[in-house]
Amino acid sequence: MSLMSEVGQKAFNLGVPLTVHLDVTYRCNERCVHCYLDHDDHGEMTTAEIKDVLDQLAEAGVFFLTFSGGEVFMRRDFFEIVEHARRLMFNVKIKTNAVMIHEEEARRIRELAVDTIQISVYSHRPEVHDAITKLPHSFERTIKSIRFLREQGLRVTIANVLMTVNSSDHMGVQKLAAELGVHYTLDPTITPMMDGDTSVLSLRIPGEDLPEIFHNPALVGSQEEFCAPPKPASAEDLEGYSCSAGHSFCYISPYGDVFPCVQFPLPTGNIRQQKFLDIWNLSPQMKEVRSIQAKDLTVCSSCSHVASCSRCPGLAYVEGNMRGPSTADCEKSFYRTGVPTENMLRQGLSKPRAISGNTAPLIQIRPIQIQPITVPA
Amino acid sequence: MPETCIYIARSSAIAARALAGEMMVMNSADSMFFTLNEVATVIFQAADGRTPLREIVRDRICEQFDVDPEQAQADAEQFVAELSGHGILLVSNQPLASETP
Repeated sequence: MSLMSEVGQKAFNLGVPLTVHLDVTYRCNERCVHCYLDHDDHGEMTTAEIKDVLDQLAEAGVFFLTFSGGEVFMRRDFFEIVEHARRLMFNVKIKTNAVMIHEEEARRIRELAVDTIQISVYSHRPEVHDAITKLPHSFERTIKSIRFLREQGLRVTIANVLMTVNSSDHMGVQKLAAELGVHYTLDPTITPMMDGDTSVLSLRIPGEDLPEIFHNPALVGSQEEFCAPPKPASAEDLEGYSCSAGHSFCYISPYGDVFPCVQFPLPTGNIRQQKFLDIWNLSPQMKEVRSIQAKDLTVCSSCSHVASCSRCPGLAYVEGNMRGPSTADCEKSFYRTGVPTENMLRQGLSKPRAISGNTAPLIQIRPIQIQPITVPA
Repeated sequence: MPETCIYIARSSAIAARALAGEMMVMNSADSMFFTLNEVATVIFQAADGRTPLREIVRDRICEQFDVDPEQAQADAEQFVAELSGHGILLVSNQPLASETP
């Protein structure tokens, strides 16, 4: 087990929120066709409120802090917020479209010792990228900004969301990332909009296209390992928990709402009304999420994939039951290994049913970091 | 011959947080990740750039832990050299200004 994994496990066991994702705004200068957010400002936290949240997070033991949005640079006080976070010695990661980053901003980011900047790039073809963001010349501006950041020696990751309109471009984006000297991650997740509008789901790539991704060693590492048939679950596997959501990770919205995860829209409290640690430690919803073990899952506990499936309790919750299957992950397990899931077998399906309507994203895979962090033995 | 004073300060490029008595430290320059044990954590937290290392060892380490002072000083110097090599601690024979991002 790597040192990082050991620390993660320790935080998980102790119930310490090691990692927090904080959206500082939902406002954005792009209008991406697949975006699930409402970009109007319905009362974002003020600078002082966010600084107070950061103070509370530091006290709670948070180490890894991701600032995201919306577009973080839509806040004029963003650098003031990052400066406060760094003074509190968080490891800071920023997710941005980078359009508003010029030489001066890149220099400031380096001075603040930000760990990583993750930037959305949808295609290596400017016309495809700009058609997705609906912002003319956004590709040109984003790539220019990546060069500014690299000139400062900063660590940059290109996040490539995959959908129908750019499904054939991931190799081109990977090549572009290599040329720019930055990391690359792939994310084929398309999520229903916050207001329940599911029209964006038509942009999901078909499940039948997944094997091409799952069998690409450049994306998944060892294909044999990644696509291996599931191993029988041990007693220890059945005692296990789904993921770090609510255990050592949580999400905070620009309005102060606290959730177990970005993809787990179960409200657990609002930081404007309660202290963060009170929500984290005492919220009945957080406690319920923490209580779910593999053996408690209604269908998945008897599934052959239970030990290796990346079942997301948040996506299962969106489907109606946080202890139930997440169809998106059933599909992922099936298309990864070729072995049907218990959820499919119970429905008499030989392949997953195409998802439509107000359900979870079709697929969700974790970003793949091509160059892992070096951890001393 | 007078003893050389060593002053230590934390770099502004690092992230750090205590987890169950141990300090997690990461340098953003190279994403190297470390955890410091209880004794090392005491030295790290006392690295204010103004207190000589020998004073930190005498007043913090030897007071809190059952250790031989000379051995503690030697171990502390080795630890400081190692973290300094990774850009986590700044070392000088003059007091250092505390770095803030």
